[in-house]
Amino acid sequence: MNGFPILTLMLLVPLVGAVACLLVDATAARRIALAATLLDFVLGVVLWANFDIGGAQWQFTERVDLFAGFSWALGIDGIALLLIALTVFLMPVCIGASWTSIEKRVGEYMAAFLLMETLMIGVFAAQDLYLFYIMFEAGLIPMYLIIGIWGGQDRIYASYKFFLYTLLGSVLMLIAMMRMVNEAGTTDIPTLMAYDFDPKVQTWLWLAFFASFAVKMPMWPVHTWLPDAHVQAPTAGSVILAGVLLKMGGYGFIRFSLPMFPEASAQFAPLIWGLSMAAVVITSLIALVQHDIKKLIAYSSVAHMAIVTIGLFAFNAQGLEGSMIVMLSHGLVAGALFLCVGVIYDRLHTREIDRYGGIAINMPKYALFFLLFTMASIGLPGTSGFVGEFLSLAGIYQASSWVALVSTTGIILGAAYMLYLDRRVAFGEQKNADAAAMPDLGLRELAMMVPIAAVVLWMGIYPETFLAPMRQDIAALDARLARARPEGDARLKAGKAQPAAEHSATAAAHEGAH
Amino acid sequence: MDLSHSLRLIAAEELLSVSGLILLLASAWAGDKASRAISIAAVAALAAAAFLTAPALCGGLFGPETEAFGGQFRADAFASFAKLLIYASAGVALIVAPAYFERLRAMRAEYPVLILFAAIGMGMMVSAGDLLTLYIGLELNSLAAYVLAAFLRNDTRSAEAGLKYFVLGALASGILLFGMSLTYGFTGTTSFAGIRAALEGGLSTGALFGIVFMLAGLAFKISAVPFHMWTPDVYEGAPTPVTTFFATAPKVAALALTMRVALDAFGSQADAWRQIVIFTSLASIVIGALGAIGQANIKRLLAYSSINNVGFMLIGLAAATPRGASAMLVYLAIYVAMSIGGFVAVLMLRDAEGEPVEAIADIAGLSRTRPLIAAALAMVMFSLAGIPPLFGFWGKFVVFQAAVQAGLVPLAAIGIAASVIGAFYYLKVVKVMYFDEPADKVTGRSDLAHGILLALSALFISPLGYLLTRFLGQLADTAAAALFHAA
Repeated sequence: MNGFPILTLMLLVPLVGAVACLLVDATAARRIALAATLLDFVLGVVLWANFDIGGAQWQFTERVDLFAGFSWALGIDGIALLLIALTVFLMPVCIGASWTSIEKRVGEYMAAFLLMETLMIGVFAAQDLYLFYIMFEAGLIPMYLIIGIWGGQDRIYASYKFFLYTLLGSVLMLIAMMRMVNEAGTTDIPTLMAYDFDPKVQTWLWLAFFASFAVKMPMWPVHTWLPDAHVQAPTAGSVILAGVLLKMGGYGFIRFSLPMFPEASAQFAPLIWGLSMAAVVITSLIALVQHDIKKLIAYSSVAHMAIVTIGLFAFNAQGLEGSMIVMLSHGLVAGALFLCVGVIYDRLHTREIDRYGGIAINMPKYALFFLLFTMASIGLPGTSGFVGEFLSLAGIYQASSWVALVSTTGIILGAAYMLYLDRRVAFGEQKNADAAAMPDLGLRELAMMVPIAAVVLWMGIYPETFLAPMRQDIAALDARLARARPEGDARLKAGKAQPAAEHSATAAAHEGAH
Repeated sequence: MDLSHSLRLIAAEELLSVSGLILLLASAWAGDKASRAISIAAVAALAAAAFLTAPALCGGLFGPETEAFGGQFRADAFASFAKLLIYASAGVALIVAPAYFERLRAMRAEYPVLILFAAIGMGMMVSAGDLLTLYIGLELNSLAAYVLAAFLRNDTRSAEAGLKYFVLGALASGILLFGMSLTYGFTGTTSFAGIRAALEGGLSTGALFGIVFMLAGLAFKISAVPFHMWTPDVYEGAPTPVTTFFATAPKVAALALTMRVALDAFGSQADAWRQIVIFTSLASIVIGALGAIGQANIKRLLAYSSINNVGFMLIGLAAATPRGASAMLVYLAIYVAMSIGGFVAVLMLRDAEGEPVEAIADIAGLSRTRPLIAAALAMVMFSLAGIPPLFGFWGKFVVFQAAVQAGLVPLAAIGIAASVIGAFYYLKVVKVMYFDEPADKVTGRSDLAHGILLALSALFISPLGYLLTRFLGQLADTAAAALFHAA
């Protein structure tokens, strides 16, 4: 793969597809979009297959000094690889989810989605600070159009809120970036990740980046745009929003805030913990009382993202790895749950929980998948959710047992609202005749669900596949954070290993005593 | 410096003056039926003038070699950069006009001639090396502009715009003159170099008043807050091709002139005027954005948008560094392209009878009836809002970067945060065009020349524009270096 610009190619494929979609009719646009996303998925597989685990930190690097002041610099490490893989995996599913439900202005819709894919891959692959910013911000335009044109009833309010909220969060980050480049004299992200800023300056820079990523993530209390955006967006829009866009916030923390400003990160860790704990408890409780399925899942997203921030700011390898896995897992699971909502929404055109009930009887396959993803969302062992949440919470326990305690309640509350949802939608008696008459999953819907379900189980049963590519990068980040790591309150010590013989002797003595 | 050398340096102005006079005679004899031919000749004259001007920019010329008439006129790289933008904008104003005026049977042969005279005046403004040249250039431009604003004689709105423009413009000129007289009185000279040398030692209160009044007069011309009130009325009332002209060429000229005055003549006292510029800039950004929110007419909206954009450009001036000046020039170039795109798109909006459509409500659902115009206008709007990857972002980017490099981080932070307010009304236009149900108002055919111009400016502000950043940056750096060298 040496020298072959595969990342640029991955950016170009959807871009060319987007332009092509604008020029053709609906059927052809659907086909082009599916072909482009599948091709990008294949390229993603090639990318992963050629990624040298344990090799150089930055691979597939490309650099062309194309612009004044910044350059077309791409390259990935394990963290970016996983998130790119998530993106290219979810995109064909999104196109599939929109296959029949989008009837008006199909060409523009598919073009917006493909453009979105280009920008998302660009965010994860950018190695230049300003290139990252451009990709990061540009994503607002297609998403604004997706929500505003193809959304639900309050789509206009939701699209404005989404756009202005996230824009306001991001602009200050640009000024902080300029300040950094001014001091460090480079826009190269890997160089900046090793640059030591003065801790006093770090404080301000960190806050500016925080403003952006906290909104994107979203963290409590700046999460309010998310439920609106999710509820109003079309199914595929919700999938991509929950699946990938929210991960940009987490990616931002792990790529910028933590390695570039370790001291400031340590300084503000209590703030993050506080907000995350509040998010876990408050949004879980809010989710418990929702009548709208999409809103419920949106609030659960906020709670899950809080687990991510908790893991990130645990300042140890478990926490960091855990939050990466939570991000991947949540991307799949929340995406799949929104798909599930989309499936029944397509049939009944309502998201009211009360309008369903007992659909496990007429839609057994659907109920199976819905239950699986519900369980994965709760974090049942064997599913992807468990691995991530366990690692994150184990990580934070080393830093603060109180935070661990409060965040763990999120899992209990998560089980409560998800199981309650599943019970009301899929089980119980069939009180609504129209819901009882819905047909089960079709072939297209199965084709979307099965791959996600397979990966969710894979990640739950053998997470090593997903941990291996990023292990080295997490270790490097962990080493970088070591100097600023706050001392944990648990003061964990490794137990003294006793010699085996002595151990059995004491055991025997115990038995003897009885 | 002999006379022939001086005359060589003002070749572009000579060419434009002579062709302007000849075309005036031609229009007097041939009458209005020759207006199309005269327009074409005027565009050719502007193109030729651009060719005469360009070498100074490409060669990065500055210093005594470029000073004509004892330093009264400077044909340096900076002037050349501004003139190229002015000539291009004037050319566009000529190209878009016939289709608009002919429908009203109002196309008159004086139109191209007036534009040419305005272009000469603007060329003199940006080349000024002396307060007298400054004033003569400014008035030459303004007199032509007053007539242009009132060009539709039978239209009350146009007449009102012309009158308003004249009264307020005359007031601004008076303020400017007063400031100039104070400056002259306290420094004893009218040449920029002399003023600069005189102020180097320190600033007397009288000279400070001179600076304040001169900047106030110039703020009128660039329509910066608090001297912006005339802009929406004039932009709305003037015929749209003239508005296209007002939003581009005179803005470039007045801003370039402001840069000359602030960075050259008053360059040694940057601390004295920086506060004024910072206030004006932030006020323009905020009031330009807030004022636009309630507008129902797209021309008024674009007028507020131009106030807003001037605010961003002034952030580069506040930096008072070569980087800041270069950033302003880059922003100006992009701003001209965005404005041309915006107004040409507005010109293309016609209803079934060919009447212009200007109400924002009437372009509802434009993306379904006229997808190409809607897409171009949406690009202009996102670009004006400074959302990447559109090229408008780059203008804001370089300006804020210059401010950060000059240590004005709080100014940059406040300015960029205020840009979010502006995003709201730009989004509104996109929302109306893309989200709302079609109003089916815009059904008329549009002119081919308009379509080509719109496509060109849309291409320029598309992400492809970033490929030009190096080229544009180099040119702007050269021009800014010439400005600071002259200083």
